[in-house]
Amino acid sequence: MCTTCGCGSDEVKIEGDEMHQHEHVHADGTHHSHGHVHVSEHTHEHGHAHDHGHSHAYVPANNHSHSHAPGVTPTRMVQIEQDILAKNNAYAKQNRERLTERGIFALNLVSSPGSGKTTLLCKTIEMLGGQGVSVIEGDQQTSQDAERIRATGAPAIQINTGKGCHLDAHMVGHAMAKLDLAEDSLLMVENVGNLVCPAAFDLGEAHKVVILSVTEGEDKPIKYPDMFRAAKLMLLNKCDLLPYVNFRVDEAITYARRVNPDIAVIQLSATTGQGMEEWLAWIARGAADVRATKLATVDALKRRIAELEARLQPAQ
Amino acid sequence: MHEMSLAEGVLKLIEDSARQQSFTKVVAVWLEIGELASVEVEAMKFCFDAVTRDSVADGARLEVIVVPGSGWCMACAKTVPLSEVYGGCPECGGYQVQVTGGTEMRVKELEVA
Repeated sequence: MCTTCGCGSDEVKIEGDEMHQHEHVHADGTHHSHGHVHVSEHTHEHGHAHDHGHSHAYVPANNHSHSHAPGVTPTRMVQIEQDILAKNNAYAKQNRERLTERGIFALNLVSSPGSGKTTLLCKTIEMLGGQGVSVIEGDQQTSQDAERIRATGAPAIQINTGKGCHLDAHMVGHAMAKLDLAEDSLLMVENVGNLVCPAAFDLGEAHKVVILSVTEGEDKPIKYPDMFRAAKLMLLNKCDLLPYVNFRVDEAITYARRVNPDIAVIQLSATTGQGMEEWLAWIARGAADVRATKLATVDALKRRIAELEARLQPAQ
Repeated sequence: MHEMSLAEGVLKLIEDSARQQSFTKVVAVWLEIGELASVEVEAMKFCFDAVTRDSVADGARLEVIVVPGSGWCMACAKTVPLSEVYGGCPECGGYQVQVTGGTEMRVKELEVA
């Protein structure tokens, strides 16, 4: 897990460029060596420096007043009461606002490596006619996935997380700014292949979609419960291989519902196209909801403006 | 999971607070970590020591308060204790349980000088 990979954001690159280094404000001169201050303040020369040469070699035996030397500077308590992921969540909120304001439906696709996320995305874009969809690709290294997406005609941005094992909302915000996202379009974020860490990081998406392929174990939902709990939809991919593998679909769904009673499930195969229509219909419903929210917001704003203007009329 | 990122998040909150409240040394940090938050306390301590080196929190003691997990069982229609996200209801054994508590990851308070 991340104790070994580090999850540092310093090596993050978007399309090969450094994102901008985080200022780590380590040194605000914090090495004050306390304690020594009031050691000296009590060496009150009593004036009895009667030049006998032997002077102050003897430390007073009853040095009780000096006893609290180093480390015992007075301390106080500071209440923080803040979520550790507060920073990420603030960026995610910003992303979400930018997306919903413009009617963009964003999905965060998560899975283990090798579940077929990129193939599924390519097929999805192809079936959508390559229109109205942009992609943010997250991988530790290489821009191969973004290139595969661009070959379908959809704009794609590659984020390389370096040592990091997940995308965070800050990186995604930068990538969104680089992509020229169209009003009322679709944004697909393909997270780093990892069933653990991306669960905790909100990117500002409408939903997380977890992909489980039938070449994996059906007990993955209970082995990696956080991810399946965070997801709105589980796509069971590579269903064309079911006759050849020992994968019990019912069991996988039962496990997924055990960790997340509300999770929706679609069985599909990006290779044969089976189930793809159902997946596209699910996307279309979500996109319609986001557009409805946008319109409601715009309508509400228009009404508010009309009200304010009406109040201004008599005054003029 | 991702304890290193979390430790960096903790340090960020501490540094923000150091600027606002003008303190220069952190003696102890209290975290509230939910039983269901998937955070390994030992890994967290290890990462915390690593990321706080040469910072205002260098050498600070990390205290973790574990918040017990709880969930709402739809069948029993009440809140029940949970020790695992995928755990069943301890009363009826069913799995229609929505997690309602024990997923928090918060910096509660600091002892500063």
